[in-house]
Amino acid sequence: MAGLSLMIGASDMNLGAVFRGEGDDALILLASRIPRTLAIILTGASMAISGLIFQMLTRNKFVEPATAGTAESAGLGLLIAVALFPTTSLMVKMVIAALCAIAGTLLFLKILDRLPPREPLLVPLVGLMLGGVIGAIGTFFAYQLDLLQYLGIWTTGEFSGVLRGRYELLWLTGGLAVIGYLFADRFSIMGMGRDVSITLGLNYRTVMWTGLIIVSVTTAVVVVTVGAIPFLGLIVPNIVSRIMGDNLRAAVPWAASLGAGALLLCDIIGRVIRQPYEIPIGTIFGVIGSMIFLYLLLGRQSHAVR
Amino acid sequence: MIEISHVSHQIAGASILNDVSLTIPRGGITALIGPNGAGKSTLLSLIARLTPLQGGQITVDGADVTTTPTDALARRLSILRQDNSVAARLTVADLVGFGRYPHHKGRPSPEDHAYVEQALEMMGLHPLSGRFLDELSGGQRQRAFVAMVLAQDTDYVLLDEPLNNLDMKHARQMMERLKEAARVSGKSFVIVVHDINFAAAYADLIVALKDGRLHSLGTPEEIVNRPCLRDVFELDIAVETVGGHPFALHQIAPEPLVES
Repeated sequence: MAGLSLMIGASDMNLGAVFRGEGDDALILLASRIPRTLAIILTGASMAISGLIFQMLTRNKFVEPATAGTAESAGLGLLIAVALFPTTSLMVKMVIAALCAIAGTLLFLKILDRLPPREPLLVPLVGLMLGGVIGAIGTFFAYQLDLLQYLGIWTTGEFSGVLRGRYELLWLTGGLAVIGYLFADRFSIMGMGRDVSITLGLNYRTVMWTGLIIVSVTTAVVVVTVGAIPFLGLIVPNIVSRIMGDNLRAAVPWAASLGAGALLLCDIIGRVIRQPYEIPIGTIFGVIGSMIFLYLLLGRQSHAVR
Repeated sequence: MIEISHVSHQIAGASILNDVSLTIPRGGITALIGPNGAGKSTLLSLIARLTPLQGGQITVDGADVTTTPTDALARRLSILRQDNSVAARLTVADLVGFGRYPHHKGRPSPEDHAYVEQALEMMGLHPLSGRFLDELSGGQRQRAFVAMVLAQDTDYVLLDEPLNNLDMKHARQMMERLKEAARVSGKSFVIVVHDINFAAAYADLIVALKDGRLHSLGTPEEIVNRPCLRDVFELDIAVETVGGHPFALHQIAPEPLVES
């Protein structure tokens, strides 16, 4: 199934390239088209899986790393890296961003411990607020350091800058996604709460940290290479959960293919709609995604009242 | 057997359990009774290592619950808490399947599937196995959770209010099946029950807690009688004998005892 989705995505991609009249140039294909497609697939799949894991860790369906402080923290970390060590490699910057993302996510989870458990809608609100605060700190420093332009690039994901040599870091997210799949059962159990986890002999702490690191590093890599894509990690897992349920062993492959497919589609729309110019994919996904999110939120409301 | 020695527990400065020592034998059904706030649920959580021990020691067949690796303990003892608000969207079959996790660690064998089938069968869940938990009634969900704990197939099964939300038919059925499982496979069930008559009819041993202390411990006949219940619950309850079991008429105030 995942293979089928990838095939459709890839052929759509070629269609898009043909549409722009650049399809036959082998160099463009190798240096730009293929890296771009791979980058989109890796980003879409890994962000969807991250969202799924994040929702298991927080036991809340309405949060995702890009809107709950993780992506903003990664952006802040990247800013610190650029400001303090402007000449270091992308790898070092990525590590600093990842560490900040871990710290930001940990902070969010700590705040969650103090929230009343019966108020599920409070969790995404707190996440948005935390993200807003961290984002504001980032904006302030960026303004002071004259780096606002960079911040704009990191917070709005787009793939037009993806070329060979600029996206390979994303393979790391592919690796993390595989680890996420191997841990799928543990994350599912964790989604049932601490008591059930302990009863089933799960090392709660280890699993929590594994999830935290997968989510944070994936988000950091995405922010560093292509920029954050809000709502992807929210909508895709929610749709999958509606249809498949939350047994991650089954849900992870679906989320990965749906995430990759949705992102490919948005990328193609973004490239076609105003060609030869491009609309950043983050914007397209933000518009479509927020509409679907509202629909899910309102639809669930009537569903939840029994 | 489960040995509890000198266990004390405080939550936010308030004493919940106070120097409780008791031994729960292997095999059969042990019922914990007592008024609200007596410390029944806390005691179960402590035995099942869900809450860290503050004072005292608890061992399960000799294994100390604080030092034994948690995954080893998960093959020996399972617990179902009172409030099971699982937000995850899982099917009944998924949920019960996770009960086998301590044994297969992610690679279920045919044997694991057999245990899941058996647990589904025991709780009468076969027609519901493909349904999501959020599509079930409270009683059906409760049975699914009990089935999960049963699928874990541990020697000791702790159940905090397993009869919650169950109608009369399913409540009686569950007690009968637990009794049967205890008899056939030698399992030990430790259950908290509110309806004292279920304890009187099905338990082999009744442990009465009051104000965080062990009040009394004995057979149903030794505990479910008018003086003992009055002392534990501070309520005058007439006790009759029905079908060989003591039966407490707790819903209505009895005729006052005539002292002679």
